[in-house]
Amino acid sequence: MRKEFSNAMEQLAIEDDSIVFITGDLGYNALENLKAKLGKRFINAGVAEQNMVGVAAGFAHKGYKVFCYSIAPFIVYRCLEQFRNDVCFNNLPVFLVGNGGGYGYGIMGSSHHTLEDIACLSGLQNANVWVPAFADEVEPVLQQITKDARPAYLRLGAGKTTPDHAYQTGSFKVIHKGLNAETTVFALGPVANNVLSALSIAGELAEKVNVITALRFPLKMEADLLEIVKNAPNILVAEEHIGTGGLAQQLSVQLMEKGVFPNSFKSLKAEGYPNGRYGSQSYHQKLSGLDPDSIISHINQLLIPA
Amino acid sequence: MTIEEILNDPRQLSGDLRLKILGLYHQANAGHIGCSLSCIDLMIAVLFLNKSADDTFILSKGHAAAALYACLNILGEISDEELATFYMDGTTLPAHPAPRQYKSIPFATGSLGHGLPIATGIAHAAKIGDEESYSFALLSDGETNEGTTWEAAHYAIQNQLDNLFMIVDKNGLQGFDFTDKVLGETASVEKWKAIGFETVEVDGHNILSINEVIQELKTHKNGLPKAIIAQTVKGKGVSYMENKLEWHYLPMNPEQFQQATLEVKERYLNELTNA
Repeated sequence: MRKEFSNAMEQLAIEDDSIVFITGDLGYNALENLKAKLGKRFINAGVAEQNMVGVAAGFAHKGYKVFCYSIAPFIVYRCLEQFRNDVCFNNLPVFLVGNGGGYGYGIMGSSHHTLEDIACLSGLQNANVWVPAFADEVEPVLQQITKDARPAYLRLGAGKTTPDHAYQTGSFKVIHKGLNAETTVFALGPVANNVLSALSIAGELAEKVNVITALRFPLKMEADLLEIVKNAPNILVAEEHIGTGGLAQQLSVQLMEKGVFPNSFKSLKAEGYPNGRYGSQSYHQKLSGLDPDSIISHINQLLIPA
Repeated sequence: MTIEEILNDPRQLSGDLRLKILGLYHQANAGHIGCSLSCIDLMIAVLFLNKSADDTFILSKGHAAAALYACLNILGEISDEELATFYMDGTTLPAHPAPRQYKSIPFATGSLGHGLPIATGIAHAAKIGDEESYSFALLSDGETNEGTTWEAAHYAIQNQLDNLFMIVDKNGLQGFDFTDKVLGETASVEKWKAIGFETVEVDGHNILSINEVIQELKTHKNGLPKAIIAQTVKGKGVSYMENKLEWHYLPMNPEQFQQATLEVKERYLNELTNA
């Protein structure tokens, strides 16, 4: 999604001269266009993420809308307090953009993975967390973030194209509706592509399963989505994020508060580094049961009557 | 109180504000007295003598909130009624400044090391917007331990933010010891000069000197961010508090409060007592 981000960002910043873009010394082979086009409004703050977010708060105080860009773990953890105190408390338009959420940086190792960002950021006052699943969602999300002008975090990953007929409801997107759905799969971010691959591999499942993505936190569920869940009440959640504070936990609270109780509920999540070994993003997804084959297996287990 | 009146008799305002600070902490039965008394003269020089409407002041050492509240009370932004709620349930004036309550308190400080980055961003935004304004951050010397302070310093130097003023309340004491015994002299004039700040040392209790330094530095449009390293005394104005670590934390008992106010009246307001 990095290229889509960079192109959309360029267009937005050309149209809106109150936008300032700050990078934490990253963006090689991706952000050169922004550096060339934005002039003084493109700033390299160096390898100093905490200062970058403090500076961004200062810019926002003076009326600018500020994007802060880095690799996801560096923009989430290092400067969490600056985002909380300087940005969120003041409801300022500072937008953190983290590239390569989840296991996105693969063999780069654990320092470059981001498995706890939703837990860290989605509960902050005034903040929205955006997790596109598909590359073509990046541009509209960026437009919305800029329009909202409130603290935001955007987790980028490697996405494909949104399937036809997808539509948004509340903070979710209905990606696929099975004709005789019994199971609803909620997916966070690009791992949705693994769910779609699963349905493509095991074609017989396509009519039995709905696929929903969670695009924005805090979660907001509309009545139509609740109906979908009621009619296909076996729930599987797939997220490249730890269990604590992730989609499954936040979703389950939403459902219970709205009086919707699933028949069954299974959470597939980032399990960290269970064997102490490292590899590509797909290697880590498989270890956590987030690969298409594991997803097929879990959907089938949910479909077996209790 | 006009600027001329303050310049003619700076001790009057200095004494009045010290009494207000003592009163607030006594009423609240709370600490952070010493660190408020060490920086109040610096605040006078900035808030009363130098800050225009377009300028920004960030109290990075948020634990001296009562000193800021006292100033804003005299400047008319915090009412007497609200000031009287300091530390109470339902107040807008907690021990460390709250966000989005007062125009002159733009950020919720209290966690150290946040003020210089924010003030740096404000200074840079003003530069990019071709705005003639100044961005002031008041730091404790302990805050120069923080990595963020040094990150911001290098950013400010690189971006030639000569409209940025870092003022360090160098009272020589931090949370649990003298600063030179903790991480060494992170607020030393030599260090700040060496990295590229236009650095001036000043007596942090001589309001006229501080004012002159700020006025002079404002005219130096030389691309260099400014550091004013102010030599101060923790607890300044109350003899038994001066240069004492414990007066970062302790509240006063009634006798101590009485002695403190008498001393301030004698030393700043020329009010002789029979004591």
